[in-house]
Amino acid sequence: MPIDKFTTLESTYVPLPVENVDTDQIIPARFLKATSREGFGENLFRDWRYTSDGKENPDFVLNKSEYSGEILVGGKNFGSGSSREHAAWAIHDYGFKVVVSSFFADIFQNNALNNGVLPVMVSPEFLAKIFDAVEKNKEQKIVVDLEKQSISLNGESESFAINPYKKNCLLNGFDDIDFLLARKEKIEAFEANN
Amino acid sequence: MEPKTLFDKVWDAHVVEKIEGGPSVFYIDKHLIHEVTSPQAFSGLEARGMKVFRPENTIATPDHNIPTENQHLTIKDELSRKQVETLTANCEKNNITLYGLNHPYNGIVHVVGPELGHTQPGMTLVCGDSHTSTHGAFGAVAFGIGTSEVEMVLATQCILQPKPKKMRITIDGQLQKGVTAKDLTLYVIAQLGTGGATGYFVEYAGSAVRALSMEGRMTVCNMSIEMGARGGMIAPDQTTFDYVEGREFAPKGEDWTKALAKWKELKTDEGAKFDKEYTYKASDIEPMLTYGTNPGMGIGVSGSIPTAKDVDPTELPTFKKSLDYMGFGLGDKLLGKKVDYVFVGSCTNGRIEDLRILAAAVKGKKKADSVTAWIVPGSKQVEKQAIEEGLVEILEEAGFKMRQPGCSACLAMNDDKIPAGKYSVSTSNRNFEGRQGPGARTMLASPLTAAAAAITGVVSDPRELF
Repeated sequence: MPIDKFTTLESTYVPLPVENVDTDQIIPARFLKATSREGFGENLFRDWRYTSDGKENPDFVLNKSEYSGEILVGGKNFGSGSSREHAAWAIHDYGFKVVVSSFFADIFQNNALNNGVLPVMVSPEFLAKIFDAVEKNKEQKIVVDLEKQSISLNGESESFAINPYKKNCLLNGFDDIDFLLARKEKIEAFEANN
Repeated sequence: MEPKTLFDKVWDAHVVEKIEGGPSVFYIDKHLIHEVTSPQAFSGLEARGMKVFRPENTIATPDHNIPTENQHLTIKDELSRKQVETLTANCEKNNITLYGLNHPYNGIVHVVGPELGHTQPGMTLVCGDSHTSTHGAFGAVAFGIGTSEVEMVLATQCILQPKPKKMRITIDGQLQKGVTAKDLTLYVIAQLGTGGATGYFVEYAGSAVRALSMEGRMTVCNMSIEMGARGGMIAPDQTTFDYVEGREFAPKGEDWTKALAKWKELKTDEGAKFDKEYTYKASDIEPMLTYGTNPGMGIGVSGSIPTAKDVDPTELPTFKKSLDYMGFGLGDKLLGKKVDYVFVGSCTNGRIEDLRILAAAVKGKKKADSVTAWIVPGSKQVEKQAIEEGLVEILEEAGFKMRQPGCSACLAMNDDKIPAGKYSVSTSNRNFEGRQGPGARTMLASPLTAAAAAITGVVSDPRELF
């Protein structure tokens, strides 16, 4: 599936200062029954976002109107657990383009990148500043620049790592399948030799 | 020649092309698919007007989203039915072998692969499921992938992967009586934490690992993802070869001899370097249980939940939130806590050995009336064997009923949900909030500890009971 291009983003953000947010919280298994990629945003963080009788939980950040934006900021070890790409789809479908954390689980990170959602890993200190800043000012913005691999908050910046191949994919909206398909001959040669 | 790790040997042999500054084009020998994470991959392929590149290298079985009762009837839940039907249609269209519902080989994808001999040493194997690491027990490089990657494998039999770092976890010595492979893995995860092996591929070594059966090794490798590892593997040895030999899809005759010669080379060379090493003593391991909402939150059955001073202050709010969800307090002991449900099954502990352990433990005893127990075999083959070995009869006499195979209450996609607020001792792999149903409170444990809870109705030490 072709992905959205990503260059820079300046946005307010939604803080979720919880460690080890697993993909079962991002989207519980009972909402994985669809056979298409769309519509998962409705059930993003379902069991934190809604009470057991289906009402909005006013204490959950997505239900607090003062927080908004295209950037989700989570605690350490974001996206652990199940490999369900539905977690990345739900985040993308809800409207987030960037997820910031001090640590990401591997499979989630891959899945996010494959769907044009940029995972930005920052130091624990910078993460703490991001969480603090939004409590002081809900209109606080973060700037993410993929080309420069930098994330800025109030004039303070940190650089983040990204695989150069994946960076190129995101900057240009390329996907891995096109890349692999262009290598069919090499793959066939590999098969013949093994 | 530079000494290589087992992981290096298998990984390097499957790199089609190393991309400068990027991931490798990585060849996949065996691809397993199920109904939940494959439909979007097939539709992606279709949108490109493509067919599956190597259909003979993919095996399909529905498991996540199927009922575990009345499997001969049409699936009641409309969305579940559609997902299973979509898998069937996609397999038919693309000539992929399907072990559909009611097929004698149907079952949980990570139980089916090994028991039929599809899983073999030295292979690369992927599936859109994080517990694909199970197959590493055979000395395969096996890991879970997302649906976009499922589509890549269907389209090209390859994925793009950066090579993970290498970790070795050595457990030496002998496990105590009543301590199983599940306790070993829960112990290691409790030491490393839920993200402690993120970015690494783990090799398990040491005399305690060597002494495990194939089923036990699968349990250990299965849980690798629960400490964040990309995968886990164990060097194949005679235990492995004896397990694989004669299975339906294992090599036969001359092919077997050739394969065996190659497989015997699959071990870490003396002096090979790992990026990280951990060593533990088997004798330190007790029967383990989790008390929180990630698999790293585990303690020995005689232990207590950490108190505030034992927890990193920055993580204390999340820690307390987790205990609140579980209805436990800082410093609580788990022994004697009430148990409402017991679940024995899943790709972690749904194999024949697990049912044998359970049956041997409960033989001649009775399940506590207050406990609802769900015993779910990992596959039709396991179910058949359990009947043939008389295990089902023993279980029934003790008040247990065996359901039909599937992932069931491990992830509660089907109707097998633990009700909100109820406590479950579960042999599955995840105790995340709501994992076994909204509001369900899960304590992960071994089949033996699950048996102890089922008999007594409370968290109990299996070493004192059996």
